[in-house]
Amino acid sequence: MSGPYSDKVMAHFANPHNVGELNDADGIGEVGNPACGDIMKMYIKVKDNVIVDTRFKTFGCGAAIATSSMATDLIKGKTVDDALKVTNKAVAEALGGLPKQKMHCSVLAEEAIQAAIDDYLKKTTGKGLNLKESSHEHAHEEEEGHEC
Amino acid sequence: MRQVYLDNSSATSLHPKVAELMASLLKEGLANPSSLHGPGRRAKEVLEEARGRVAGLIGAKPEEIVFTSSGTEANNLAIKGMAMAYKDKGRHIITSDIEHFSVLNPLTRLEKMGFSVTKVPVDSNGVVDPAAVERAVTPETIFASIMLANGEVGTIEPIKDIAGVLKKKKVILHADAIAAAGNIPVDVNELGVGAMSLSANQFHGPSGAGALFVRNGVRVRPQIDGGVQEGGRRAGTEDLLAIAGMGKAAELAAKEMPERSNKLRSLRDALRDRLTKDVDFIHLTGHPTQRLPGSLSLCVEFVEGESVLLFLDMQGVAVTSGSACTSKALKASHVLLAMGVDAAVAQGSLHFSLGMNTTKEDVDYVAKVMPPIVDRLRQMSPLYEKVSKEVKA
Repeated sequence: MSGPYSDKVMAHFANPHNVGELNDADGIGEVGNPACGDIMKMYIKVKDNVIVDTRFKTFGCGAAIATSSMATDLIKGKTVDDALKVTNKAVAEALGGLPKQKMHCSVLAEEAIQAAIDDYLKKTTGKGLNLKESSHEHAHEEEEGHEC
Repeated sequence: MRQVYLDNSSATSLHPKVAELMASLLKEGLANPSSLHGPGRRAKEVLEEARGRVAGLIGAKPEEIVFTSSGTEANNLAIKGMAMAYKDKGRHIITSDIEHFSVLNPLTRLEKMGFSVTKVPVDSNGVVDPAAVERAVTPETIFASIMLANGEVGTIEPIKDIAGVLKKKKVILHADAIAAAGNIPVDVNELGVGAMSLSANQFHGPSGAGALFVRNGVRVRPQIDGGVQEGGRRAGTEDLLAIAGMGKAAELAAKEMPERSNKLRSLRDALRDRLTKDVDFIHLTGHPTQRLPGSLSLCVEFVEGESVLLFLDMQGVAVTSGSACTSKALKASHVLLAMGVDAAVAQGSLHFSLGMNTTKEDVDYVAKVMPPIVDRLRQMSPLYEKVSKEVKA
């Protein structure tokens, strides 16, 4: 019985990896909006420019939880620079695809990674990533008529 | 694993006696009820028996029943059909903020064609104020369309009072009774409605059959043109199997209603009491007492409805949600928002709709599996983290 989600999405939703908080996080990023239905908060621990540990907390649908889980999997062990190259498409592809109307969840995951790294860079170098305001709302606008 | 179906507001299960009748008619094979020969007359007899049964459920005359393919089609026929029939009299229509899309979207289409529509608001329980409907009437108003009960939050509207104020102003009332008919007593004469929509799949009949009650003297222009079936109001050879199923389901609903609704109410209340006791930060939505007997609608704060729905599904429990993420349009339920439910709280919307097959064991099972699901999702939720820290502080 297949629902809207791939088996991989359902597996990450049912048993997400890296759930929780890091008390000694080097960077914390929070993106999203509860009125739109999803908020992701990502924690990273960085050692010698490598993301050695990561955790997340997410309020959201099945896709939001699965993309958070996959995004933390993908950046763990990567250098900060390589982690910044993880795109929303890469997250979605690693999950075996997402329904079209759920692609914004992968955008949110990409933004959560960037926000956490931005926080880390600000703390360590005093200079962040020059992130634009969350493109979350924007991503929705591109899909016809969505309010969020 | 136990399977618990609590999404009867989307479609009820088929009553075994309805299935039995439909199977026997399928085997028999039915001709076209418009044909004059013997097999045609037999088909006509099946059609008219069903019409009489549906009319009986709502206190109508058989000739006032127009069969359609669904509740949606009945609403479309009422809205567009009356607009076309009365457009020379006026071009203003009244409705409410919480109507089903099969009412709201036809009205949007009419607006594009030059009609004007006033949507009256609802209070926090989802109730339409008859006085607000009265104030919305203009000399141009041709009809109003207000639902008898809302299928998402369960609230029953004061249709009798609304019909009363509209009658004084000579404005026809169409009531979308799709969620109500077959579940609560509905009598078109007591309510005073001019037109009313029904759907078989809301009272243990099949999907594929709906009906529009059109009071003698009220005009609707057909929206499907062709032959003169259904008194010239809906062309096309009738789907006799589904219609016969609807008739049988209507007859059974009328007969079994007191027993069914007493049982539904007590099971629904038990589920409500268990869930609100075992899960904190639950908001009940819809009217506390003026509501459909099998409907329990609530918002669970700090979690998102689709996530709860998916985890419940893994445990064999089928429910629905009005959260933005659950909808294909990514919009939170317009019904909840119209009731003033906070957009973030609306994300945790869940609707449990019980049916004639729901048992006490089902309720016990859901009350047992749901709290750990909510707890697990809250442990994952950055919103709950803030609240639990505040509570500790």
